[in-house]
Amino acid sequence: MTATQDRAAGEAQKEIGRDRRRKEDQRLITGRTRWTDNITLPGMLHLAMVRSPFAHATITSIDVEAAKSSRNVVAVLTGTDLADTQGVIINAWPISPEQVSPTHLPMPADRVSFAGEIVAVVVARTPAEARDAAELVDVEYDVLPAALDLKEAATDAVLAHPDLGTNRSATWQFDSAQAGTGGDVEETIAKARDGGIVIEREYRQQRLIPAFMEPRSTVVDPTGEQLTMWSATQIPHVLRFALAATTGVSESKIRVIAPDVGGGFGGKLQTTPEEFITFAVARRLGKPIKYTETRSESFLACHHGRDQWQKITLAAEADGTVTGLKVELLTDLGSYNALLGGGTPVLGAFMFNAIYKFKAYQFNVQTVLTNKTWTDAYRGAGRPEATFAIERTMDELAAELGVDPLEIREKNWIRHDEFPFTSVCGLTYDSGNYEAATARAKEMLGYDALRAEQQRRREAGDRVQLGIGVSTFTEMCGLAPSRVLGSLDYGAGGWEHASVRMLATGKVELVTGASAHGQGHETVFSQIVADRLGVPFEDVEVLHGDTQVAHKGMDTYGSRSLVVGGEAVVRAAEKVIEKAKPIAAHLLEANVDDLEFAAGRFGVRGTDQGMTIQEVALATFAAHDYPEGIEPYIDAESTYDPVDFNYPHGTHLCAMEVDTETGAVKMRKYTCCDDIGNVMNPLIVAGQVHGGVTQGIAQALWEEAVYDDNGTLVSGSFVDYLLPTSADTISYDTDHTTSPSTTNSLGAKGVGEAGTIASTPAVVNAVVDAVRHLGVNDIQMPCTPERVWRAIHAHDGDAPTPADAMPHFEADALNQDPTDGAGQ
Amino acid sequence: MIPVQFDYLAPTSVEEALAALGEHGDDAKIMAGGQSLLPVLRMRLNAPEVVIDLGGISSLRGIRDDGDALVIGAMTTHHDVRDDSLVKEHALLLSKAAAEVADSQIRHRGTFGGALAHADPAGDLGAPALALGAQFVIAGPGGTRTVEAADFFVDLFETAIGDDEILVEVRIPKHTGWGAHYEKFVRVAHQWPIVAIAATVKGSIDEARVGLTNMGSTPLRATATEQALAGASATEDGVREAAQLAAEGTNPPSDLNGAADYRQHLARVLTGRAVLKAAGA
Repeated sequence: MTATQDRAAGEAQKEIGRDRRRKEDQRLITGRTRWTDNITLPGMLHLAMVRSPFAHATITSIDVEAAKSSRNVVAVLTGTDLADTQGVIINAWPISPEQVSPTHLPMPADRVSFAGEIVAVVVARTPAEARDAAELVDVEYDVLPAALDLKEAATDAVLAHPDLGTNRSATWQFDSAQAGTGGDVEETIAKARDGGIVIEREYRQQRLIPAFMEPRSTVVDPTGEQLTMWSATQIPHVLRFALAATTGVSESKIRVIAPDVGGGFGGKLQTTPEEFITFAVARRLGKPIKYTETRSESFLACHHGRDQWQKITLAAEADGTVTGLKVELLTDLGSYNALLGGGTPVLGAFMFNAIYKFKAYQFNVQTVLTNKTWTDAYRGAGRPEATFAIERTMDELAAELGVDPLEIREKNWIRHDEFPFTSVCGLTYDSGNYEAATARAKEMLGYDALRAEQQRRREAGDRVQLGIGVSTFTEMCGLAPSRVLGSLDYGAGGWEHASVRMLATGKVELVTGASAHGQGHETVFSQIVADRLGVPFEDVEVLHGDTQVAHKGMDTYGSRSLVVGGEAVVRAAEKVIEKAKPIAAHLLEANVDDLEFAAGRFGVRGTDQGMTIQEVALATFAAHDYPEGIEPYIDAESTYDPVDFNYPHGTHLCAMEVDTETGAVKMRKYTCCDDIGNVMNPLIVAGQVHGGVTQGIAQALWEEAVYDDNGTLVSGSFVDYLLPTSADTISYDTDHTTSPSTTNSLGAKGVGEAGTIASTPAVVNAVVDAVRHLGVNDIQMPCTPERVWRAIHAHDGDAPTPADAMPHFEADALNQDPTDGAGQ
Repeated sequence: MIPVQFDYLAPTSVEEALAALGEHGDDAKIMAGGQSLLPVLRMRLNAPEVVIDLGGISSLRGIRDDGDALVIGAMTTHHDVRDDSLVKEHALLLSKAAAEVADSQIRHRGTFGGALAHADPAGDLGAPALALGAQFVIAGPGGTRTVEAADFFVDLFETAIGDDEILVEVRIPKHTGWGAHYEKFVRVAHQWPIVAIAATVKGSIDEARVGLTNMGSTPLRATATEQALAGASATEDGVREAAQLAAEGTNPPSDLNGAADYRQHLARVLTGRAVLKAAGA
């Protein structure tokens, strides 16, 4: 134990705000814990999946005889065998009533629609034997033309699902004039074309792969009264619902457990074919079954993220005052509408206007089916895409006017004295202080000195140029008020549940419906309960992730666990105190009104008499002496439905060096000042910010899922899908301003996605800023050395093929092809 | 992922290993450090029936001074090559290149001979070995033979080692006191090089050797550059013209990390930088 955990020092100190070391880390880091793949049940059998190598093909025959006779194989099953016992993979968010969507069977029998789709499953006594036999399954395919390129697919040139007749799944629009929250965007643009400024850009959000550390794994035990499923998932409650709703098994007969889960980043916010197949096989054979994917399978079949084309039209007055913003998105669903599916870009719909006072706004999205891996939420889900587009565009506006990018932002952002502020989307931003966060970030970066150095390097024509990138982001988190979700046709509510159990020995069990997968819930929720109930931090046990224990929950995503789940914890704890009060009064022979509760003790006002809540818990357990007319029960629960979102914000500044000879980029300095309201645990917040920032930088510089012309995932391993390590990153300088949220009693705002949302445009803005004087105004992500080099030399005749930094909105614009990885 | 089942043999002498290889022929695969072979097996890209592990043959490990050459046992790890004082003194380029192989864990398992026999054109050791004029000592049923570096690398993943032979040691002619630098161009640290330049120079500059990594199907030597560098001055202007010749005769791949023409551009730029660093300029 470290000095910070010393009890003597701790007793006087509030738990909230302390940098508690995470309770859960020893077992998580050593791996001596309940990862799903660590679970072994008596008589357990193992699965191996047979997956389609083709992006789009008809299955003409499957010969399983050789596989069946392979050593220790118990069964080989196809889509025909499982038929309708396998259930259906659900889409919980049809974004329009007209949404066109293929039925998503876990294992189709007739046709595959992406490379990696499962066509057969082998059940064997060991994973190795299952894998050996899987190679003996002989599948004959008739290959069909595949819809691969997003823009091409949107024209229906080739159909991803021929029976649907179109690839265009759904459209969704928000228009401020129609909503009555702002003006007419076309009018503002028309006006800006006549004497004002119109910035038109098209940006590419490349496809990313969540690449969580623990591959997905599922174990199903069908031998008890309930079917028990362990799964590496973020959403055990949603999973149970989906299984029950589509397989005909009663929800009460299904128990889903998410034991320790090794990361997700949204990638495990899914109900998957693999889970459904494991469930179906276990039911069919009556034996415990395990399936753990390989990393290669994870790349192929776990849902991917982002993948958009973004057309942005920004209108401003001649002095740079923004007036209108029009957003037109094309988004690649992959071959199915996943759990959130087209809802992911809609989560960004209210954030393109960001912190700026636009008068008119319109958002349009067209979702498109293709023959690629499905896409869904990935850290930030819609908001990183929105933030990237607006922050890149604000830099372009600054460049157009020839002013500092921070100056143009300050001119247009919501001033501190204007909060709470209703945005052009009709959302009410609860609190914020962009001036303070920006001032602090500038100071930490040494902004003015770096600008001066940049100028010197430009004038000297240095080989290595310096760029400074800005991202003044906000986001909406705390998904979500249930009525808002209802108005968006989302298929569930946004509440969270918590219950507090007071044990006889005075220890506390906290049950939460939020399901952690690395965030540190055990630690932070313990801190909250310890403060509210006045019990030691160590005496609080946090239980979650098991539908039998945490019977109600909406799970973990969208930076909601603290601001929604934490608020439910607060309310449940307060109910415990209220329930304990009459019992304490009875035992103290005092009037309830004379009791006050502080530091875990009920005291009788004006006396030194009192008793601790632990003593009340013991007395309630014994139940020998309690007031007439009440139950001997002080446990309590709360289902909290948030009243509104909350809006973290921050200023992220990044200095990048660009080697103009090679195109190599190097991060010089990264500074951010985030405002996430009150901080519960600075250590955990630091972890979220540093990790989140790195994940956003990785989109800017390294990560991209690339398919070839046949629909094969080329970047299908860590050799080609580049994730950074500590060797590739620097230490970031982080700080906070504090504008407490007014939408929850903790005053907290979400932090799980903030870094990822903020950092990507800061980095790309810095890279572009470093070479803007060489005629560059865009470099497509990831900013590979080659792309940077070609952008620099596009106009000087030195490079044999021109590429980046081309004007947008041209049909044949170069370097705008999402599938062209080779050499671009 | 789990490999296809294979038999595992762990000979304790070269003779025993050769006998096993002779017995199993094409069905067998030699394993040195396993850093390339094991991923291939686990991803089921190859499925040999027998794996012959050289890890138990202690005579294949170590570095010794043999007059005008250093002799590096094929099973010496990258870590040991990097840290060895003889290597630093007489073949500094190898130490510099070995330091850049993958990451620390791999450098402690992967071997010098294994990497060279694997002959991945993006491997970090081929170009330095070529530049230093290494000689490859190969043992076979009829005894040992020595192959010059220029003849050792045949094609992509293909060397002069016969099906019934094993690389046992590599002789590196001493380049005592030569400056050296291995300039590796990557996007992330653990990546194979997009391009790398192995440069070693005598004086500043009397003589120079320049090897190119990932600029063709085998490691290449930039001979035109080497000739132009002899007698050049170790300054940016002094080496520029020579460096411009570095991409001559190369045929690099085009992939996600760069098209061929970009790699050739990199080779020219990085050769200049590597030579200057090697010369201590």
